Amino acid sequence: MQAFNRRRVAAMIGKEARQIIRDPSTLLIAMVLPLMLIFLFGYAVSLDTARTRVGLALESDSAPALGLAQAYQRSRWFDVRMARSVAPLRPLLVAGRIHAIIVIPTDFGQRQARDGGAPIQIIADGSLPQTAAFAAAYAEGVRASWARAEATGGLRHPRPAIDLAARFWFNPELKSHYFLVPGAIAIVMTMVGTLLTALVVAREWERGTMEAIMATPVSMAEFLASKLIPYFVLGLLSMTLCALAAVFAFGVPFRGSPLALLLIGSAFLMPALGQGLLISAATKNQFVASQIALISAFLPSFLLSGFLFEISSMPAPIRALTWLVPARYLIPSLQTVFVAGDIWPLFLRDIAAMLAFGALFFALTFRVTRRRLD
Amino acid sequence: MIVKEFWALLRDKRGRIVLFVPSLLQLFVFGFAATLEVKNFDVGVLDQSGGRAAIELTSQLAGSPAVRRVVRLGSMQEVRAAIDNREVIAALVLQPDFDATIARGGTASVGVILDGRRSNAAQIVGGYLQRIAASTGAVLRPQLRQPPGESITVNWFNPNLTYLWFTLPGLIAIISVVSGISVTAQSVARERELGSFDQLMVSPLRVPEILAGKMAPPIAVGLINGTIYLLAAKLVLGVPFTGSVLLFYLSLLMFLIALVGVGMFISAASSTQQQAFLGAFLVAVPVILLSGYASPIDNMPGWLQTISLANPARWFLELAVGLFLKAMPASEVFARIVPLMLIAAVTLSLGAWLFRARME
Repeated sequence: MQAFNRRRVAAMIGKEARQIIRDPSTLLIAMVLPLMLIFLFGYAVSLDTARTRVGLALESDSAPALGLAQAYQRSRWFDVRMARSVAPLRPLLVAGRIHAIIVIPTDFGQRQARDGGAPIQIIADGSLPQTAAFAAAYAEGVRASWARAEATGGLRHPRPAIDLAARFWFNPELKSHYFLVPGAIAIVMTMVGTLLTALVVAREWERGTMEAIMATPVSMAEFLASKLIPYFVLGLLSMTLCALAAVFAFGVPFRGSPLALLLIGSAFLMPALGQGLLISAATKNQFVASQIALISAFLPSFLLSGFLFEISSMPAPIRALTWLVPARYLIPSLQTVFVAGDIWPLFLRDIAAMLAFGALFFALTFRVTRRRLD
Repeated sequence: MIVKEFWALLRDKRGRIVLFVPSLLQLFVFGFAATLEVKNFDVGVLDQSGGRAAIELTSQLAGSPAVRRVVRLGSMQEVRAAIDNREVIAALVLQPDFDATIARGGTASVGVILDGRRSNAAQIVGGYLQRIAASTGAVLRPQLRQPPGESITVNWFNPNLTYLWFTLPGLIAIISVVSGISVTAQSVARERELGSFDQLMVSPLRVPEILAGKMAPPIAVGLINGTIYLLAAKLVLGVPFTGSVLLFYLSLLMFLIALVGVGMFISAASSTQQQAFLGAFLVAVPVILLSGYASPIDNMPGWLQTISLANPARWFLELAVGLFLKAMPASEVFARIVPLMLIAAVTLSLGAWLFRARME
């Protein structure tokens, strides 16, 4: 292999950088997409449930039934629509205008008076499992606290043996955008690292300019470096932009050090860029490269990285698959550097994994490209 | 013209594979991955008491199906390290007087430290732990009787709250957005980049004919993918399909037309394939995130909920979930197809307008 000529690489980088700046779409992805994603994850994708719309079928006129119905109407978890029976509420549940029906049955008053407590029925819309589970849990919660309030003064209940006092470290107010926004950064970096790179190098192949480059004295290593460095810089710029927006626009705390963030981001860009180069070298077609990049990089970093969905809950074969997704190592470190602080054992473990994937992708790219040269 | 476009799309063997194989792969991998349930987690216990009640609580924890492993921790430092390094999502701290307090008939307070970095999962874990503590309490103090009552919960449409039943209809919407927009967006840009677009313009074909030719393949691909999903969901994964198949295809067709219109607009606006692809991506991401698939629309601020009314994926997601699980009646289906048609009419005419403008 030829010597690594710094001047040549610098000239190639200059060319690449000019290309990036000339094409508005690249800057759009590197600058607009990050802001848009941060915005969407800051506002739109919220796992903090607002008021759930429910129907209340009040089949009983007794005083306790009316009291419980009032407890639901006052609850800050529910937006209640009243009816005398389940029948008129059913179509609303099918249409998705309410997510659960709470039934206070006809014998509610008698049983409450006789036993000091009576069951109600909760019909939840199972087609939205998350909302259904939430509605059922909170509807029962409202009933239980109403029943407790009714019972005081009357029967005295023995005290429970164990009382759990939960404390949430790092995020006591349980704001979901504290973990969603760092996750969005991972997606942006996958976009810039893998998708952009895959497209750009595939374009060189498709247009035949790759052969032209190969005829020049530029070595393979120099060529790859000249492709990588501009996108590496672009990736770090997007990350910085995201981090600033997250902290200043959405109030996500930043408790770690900028140095740690920089190291984590740089380490992730290695496998991201390597994967992009590998895809482009293997496909040499922009359309195929873009689709493969979407499926092998973007969707996994969204769905298999533990960003939205807990990895431990997935079935074993898919859990095994997540070990192959570089973003899986980025997300914990990113979430930590934002909300927890510098925890170096965790960072170093993740950084090592990401660098190993980077080395693997580069080695594969070298093999694929070299074979085509012969 | 339509035949030619199909050829252009299917000519490349890899292109062919890329259009269909991944959609099946996604179905299986992402269908199972996308769950908001939390199970199989590790919990740490710092037991400073060591009596009978403490052992009972620990064994109840270990016996719970949701808990994978109970990690014994020796000190507060170890608790801190286990949470920091994400070895456990939660840690219980039993005070030295835990057993004594319970033996005395008092209420022993147990500190639970949860990893707020994953606040959503941590909240669900917190709920599990509360239940385990309550059932342990009932074992330790059998005379403690819950007041009668407690509600009986029934889940309609999906009795066991199987997450996959919600994910699969949603995936049909997602895959249609991704492939529908990006395949259309790249078709015109590709011709322009390769120079064959000029040939097309000097051909005797009229603009509507060219447009129709460009639109047919992505719609066909979307319908085929939809069919694959429908069959796989019902036959392989056992997701019930309770609605009308005819209405399902009608909804899918309207949805695809709306998406193709968006794709056409992007395609006409960009001059290279790269621009087209990135443009498609920039549109597809908010369309997916504002569809209600990743998080309920009800959780969004009001003005974003209004914006989401213009999102075709939102309507189709409701239709798909409704037709799969809820046997949605025709009147409800049409109440959603009409907005979908309006959106399709707007995106198509915008796409055609820009396409025409760029041709001249």
